[in-house]
Amino acid sequence: MKRLALLLLALFSLSAAASTPEDRLSSVFQAIEANQPDVALKRVDSLIADYPNFRLAYLVRGDLLLARARPLETFGNVLKTVPEGRVADLREEALARLRAQRQRPADDRLPRYVLQLNKDQKNALVVDARRSRLYVYANEGGTPKLIADYYVTIGKNGIEKTREGDQKTPVGVYHVTANLPRKKLTDFYGAGAFPISYPNEWDRRQGRSGHGIWLHGVPSNVYSRAPRASDGCIVLANPDLESVSQRLQIGLTPVIIADEVEWVDRSALETERAGLAAEIEHWRADWQSRDSTRYLAHYSQRFSSGKENLAAWSAHKRKVNASKSWIKVNLGRVAMLRYPHESDVVVVTFDQDYKSNGLSNVMKKRQYWMKEDGRWKILYEGAA
Amino acid sequence: MLNSTAPRPSLRGGVLLLCVCAFFCAAVARADDVEDAQKLLKAGQSQQALERVNKALAANPKEPQARFLKGVILTEQGKQSEAIEIFTKLTQDYPSLPEPYNNLAVIYASQGQYEKARTSLEQSIRTHPTYATAYENLGDVYAKLASQAYGKALQIDASNTTAQNKLSLVRELVREPSAKPAAVAAASDTAKEAPKAAVPAATVAAVAPKAPEKPAADASGDVLKAVNGWAQAWSKKDASGYLGYYAKDFKTPAGESRGDWEKSRRERIGAAKSISVAIESPKVTMRGADQASVSFRQTYKSDKLTSKNRKTLELVKVDNRWLIKEEKAGK
Repeated sequence: MKRLALLLLALFSLSAAASTPEDRLSSVFQAIEANQPDVALKRVDSLIADYPNFRLAYLVRGDLLLARARPLETFGNVLKTVPEGRVADLREEALARLRAQRQRPADDRLPRYVLQLNKDQKNALVVDARRSRLYVYANEGGTPKLIADYYVTIGKNGIEKTREGDQKTPVGVYHVTANLPRKKLTDFYGAGAFPISYPNEWDRRQGRSGHGIWLHGVPSNVYSRAPRASDGCIVLANPDLESVSQRLQIGLTPVIIADEVEWVDRSALETERAGLAAEIEHWRADWQSRDSTRYLAHYSQRFSSGKENLAAWSAHKRKVNASKSWIKVNLGRVAMLRYPHESDVVVVTFDQDYKSNGLSNVMKKRQYWMKEDGRWKILYEGAA
Repeated sequence: MLNSTAPRPSLRGGVLLLCVCAFFCAAVARADDVEDAQKLLKAGQSQQALERVNKALAANPKEPQARFLKGVILTEQGKQSEAIEIFTKLTQDYPSLPEPYNNLAVIYASQGQYEKARTSLEQSIRTHPTYATAYENLGDVYAKLASQAYGKALQIDASNTTAQNKLSLVRELVREPSAKPAAVAAASDTAKEAPKAAVPAATVAAVAPKAPEKPAADASGDVLKAVNGWAQAWSKKDASGYLGYYAKDFKTPAGESRGDWEKSRRERIGAAKSISVAIESPKVTMRGADQASVSFRQTYKSDKLTSKNRKTLELVKVDNRWLIKEEKAGK
């Protein structure tokens, strides 16, 4: 009997050690809902002992104590003399964290964006800006599997960054471009920083400006920041950033930032993926066939390579294709990521192995495909 | 009397009550010196009071009444560490007394040590779940702790408020408003300024134990019925029914007005999701045809709190109904 108790104790302490501060905060609220204020207070006290910079935990503690002295009027029942915004920040953080704990995506629901990862991309990050949440997906044979999710802070002024200094977080498909280790940064960035590829080709095309959008940590005197507090960066608690950083591959790991993640069934995702994959294959085969008309039919009227519009691109391609007696195109490591907040835009990257009489080269390429009148067309193409 | 002395819904201006009431139901033969010391303290002559109490202690060093009073005097003189020592020792020698815990808490709170104050007050209430002063103080301490927690949540420097608390304690160190017949006024330098403090309090510290009398068998049955009805109404959260068991001239626990008391009772009863009050081994003592006292062991359980304590109800017969005139903790 005693042994059993010890075993249970060991198991419990193991699971307690494994639970995150957010899990523990959630268990505090569970105790409150179960009408066990004493249990709640004990839990929050131990949470504070372990994470003395977790401000939200103090707010909950304040409420639990004040509730013993007098009836509470609100969550975060701080005196009116305190600037309302500061309490509101913590309330919103609490809401965001609790909502995420309680509304986890079901196993068969996936973000609509991760159509296909290439075999070298071990992970993909998806940010739900409205929910202040970052989801980490592992690449399981090309399709995503949720392995972790974290509370994040986004820009003070929300999302859809358009210009330098607007303190907004961009919406789009990006990837991490560098790893700035802690020792190269000030304390403000906490455990480290990972710049992402804003502004990308699509942003430039829309005339969006600004730079320096990073994933980074928090200063050492806080555990986390308010849901909307950064200048546009995506900010994680330092332990969370450390966990995420283990999974990041510079130049490879996609970071997809959505206003509100669209969730779809695995089968619907597969249908979309297969449809676009077939179009890409047609484009490759048509290019290889040297039938320029069929090949160029894959390009949108609004195509731009950044330097050339469709007319210039077509003229150039017709000339090159006509000069060839044979062309072989092979695509490898294809990834397809749907663009959030746009109707049917997918960012496709691949390794292009081009061989012909006269010229052969291997390059990394990025295309933006868009569905126009029910057919996938190329809007942008360039070196990745 | 549990809950009836529970924390009031509003904070009382951040004042912690320093309890100076005496605490023995079993009367201890009290030296005149102690009584004199109390009078001197009331008159603001704390040094002379200290001398008297030391004299009493020289004759009888274990005498708790004198030790307690010395603790109060030292507290008022600002000799906190000495006072803490005395009160701590009293809690060790008499762990069932709430007052030394309470006063320890007041000192800790004045030092800004709210966690320690909280522990002491919770112990005080554990010994006497009905102890009104401790509840009020605990309410204040919880509010202070809450404000510290909010300060940390919002990164506001809470040190200023701590300083203010300390000041307001010193300034408003008033006696407990006759919580019990045994209450003795606390004298402080500022007490004279407070009009309330000028009201003379009962000066005799101890209640003489009531000699048990033989209950009249038939009448005692009615008394018990009333007490059971009272406990049932309370358990049903029927505040009106419950309050209906109290006599018009019911002696409110902290000397508050009937209206205030009823309001706080209604709030407390309303705030609990569930209440169950069980009465065990009641003992009825008839004090004539129209007066009775009932002692019993009360088990109070609510969604917030569980407590067991002994309680005595003093009842009077009015218009053929037995009504509660006074509610006391202990026998």
